[in-house]
Amino acid sequence: MTQTAVTQRSERAVRKAGPGAAPAQRRSGRRRIALPYLLLLPALLLELLVHLVPMVMGIGMSFKELTQFFIRDWSSAPWAGLDNYRVAIDFDAPVGQALLKSFFTTCLFTLASVALCWLLGTAAAVFLQENFRGRGFLRTLFLVPYALPVYAAVITWAFMFQRDNGLINHVLHDQLGIGDSPAFWLIGDNSFWALLTVSVWKGWPFAFLTVMAGLQNIPRDMYEAAALDGAGVWKQIRHITLPSLRQVNQVLVLVLFLWTFNDFNTPFVLFGKAAPEAADLISLHIYQSSFLTWNFGTGSAMSVLLLVFLLLVTGVYLLLTTRGRKASDA
Amino acid sequence: MAAPRSFLWTRRIFLTLLTGFVLLPLYVMVSSSLKALEDVSGKFEWIPSGLTLRPYVDIWETVPLADYFLNSLAVAGAATVFSVVVAIFAAYAVSRYDFRGKRVFTVTVLSTQMFPGILFLLPLFLIYVNIGNATGLALFGSREGLILTYLTFSLPFSIWMLTGYFDSIPRELDEAAKVDGCGPVGALFRVIVPAALPGIVAVAVYAFMTAWGEVLFASVMTNDTTRTLAVGLQGYASQNDVYWNQVMAASLVVSVPVVAGFLLLQRYLVAGLTAGAVK
Repeated sequence: MTQTAVTQRSERAVRKAGPGAAPAQRRSGRRRIALPYLLLLPALLLELLVHLVPMVMGIGMSFKELTQFFIRDWSSAPWAGLDNYRVAIDFDAPVGQALLKSFFTTCLFTLASVALCWLLGTAAAVFLQENFRGRGFLRTLFLVPYALPVYAAVITWAFMFQRDNGLINHVLHDQLGIGDSPAFWLIGDNSFWALLTVSVWKGWPFAFLTVMAGLQNIPRDMYEAAALDGAGVWKQIRHITLPSLRQVNQVLVLVLFLWTFNDFNTPFVLFGKAAPEAADLISLHIYQSSFLTWNFGTGSAMSVLLLVFLLLVTGVYLLLTTRGRKASDA
Repeated sequence: MAAPRSFLWTRRIFLTLLTGFVLLPLYVMVSSSLKALEDVSGKFEWIPSGLTLRPYVDIWETVPLADYFLNSLAVAGAATVFSVVVAIFAAYAVSRYDFRGKRVFTVTVLSTQMFPGILFLLPLFLIYVNIGNATGLALFGSREGLILTYLTFSLPFSIWMLTGYFDSIPRELDEAAKVDGCGPVGALFRVIVPAALPGIVAVAVYAFMTAWGEVLFASVMTNDTTRTLAVGLQGYASQNDVYWNQVMAASLVVSVPVVAGFLLLQRYLVAGLTAGAVK
């Protein structure tokens, strides 16, 4: 939710500050004009150092032949032109093929995970909207997966997915009698489902939190008016609650998408440095191509391609949703 | 409003299933952390045949958990303090002043959050290594390097959330402080910061959680002496065996401080999200 919401807020702040702030500034002279920049200076320096410079450098690195021989002095690495990009998107060669496969896996995984997180989070928030006994307890409990450190949560799931001593196989195979022999969950094709389960488990509370915040802004009298008109609870949810959540949902889906698509922690803790092919998410894939083969040039090219893809998707998404919003406002 | 039976039953069934889903790993974590190694190595048992506190003693011996704990505490603590202080200044500027480049600043800072961490990891890794080679400054593998990295992750969120809190504090308070002879910075510390304290606490909790749970940079940018919990927890796996009871006990021990802190202060965090995200 953070980034888009902030953009909204900064727009508000700019509007708000507009007419009111101008005379104050005229009164105060040069010192006042310098002050906001002085206040921003530490934040600016840090952002420059840790985000902007590395980003520019990363783009530069993607044009260099940056193998392990040049780690100690990366600027002396030979110029590679577009070679790294050619290797990354040569889908007939192993490197490009693996990248393409990882990309599709990530897309599928992200779609499934975002949809499930959204569904669970929205349903839980809607069902917890009215007060009943146990509501406070459930609200707190549902936030625990969000608060738990990622590695602690994922390591627990890794234990549950163990073939011989895990809970999942104990229930599925021993207790429910599914399958002839206990299944492998952390290698092979099943690993996709294992990863999805973990991702949804720790991702849905964020949707829950966001939707809950959105629900607080729906005026109570809308429900009362609907009830007077004879609309039951289900009708109210369909015609008041869900439409009112549209703006919140637009932000929520975008943020969930970006976080899930970029997720490194979950596959890394669940599978270790190399994920099984069926669950080879793109972040871990790039990490592996960079640090296991020490080929940073190709890794950087892959990162830049990923960034371009994310920017494109975000841009198109924002364009579509804001246009839809304008149309509905009119 | 009387809800129909269909609604009540759907709600009951859904919430029961969801509660089960959420509780399952928590139950496994707690129950397995109290089992002997033979019990966690064999078939899973819903009801442990014997309970022992042994894993909670052994976790400190098998790996230097206390050292990892201290490293995590130092890194997350320092990153939190720095990012909150830096964010207070930046948020004050954004909330109270209109200046050229404000929009560019906010948009840039926020958009860095959507970029994949892997994009920053490779260059930062090389920058740290090269700075080390050139100046002898040990950024790579040191706590300082990790703190520097972490404090910018929580910075965008902190600036955004604090700006919202500051916006909600009436400007009359600033004016009153100025009448009493405070400069702008005096007003910030005497009026704004005390009034926004719940928000500042919430931002601090969030920043701490982010740093405490980070895996990617911790796994690349630490060495044997600076390893954090995120990496150290993997040390319970030996060549042949994983001490699952100790892994679960250690997971529980490292989770309790953040979960407790979060649940105690979540009201502020939720309030901040509501104020900023939805209006």
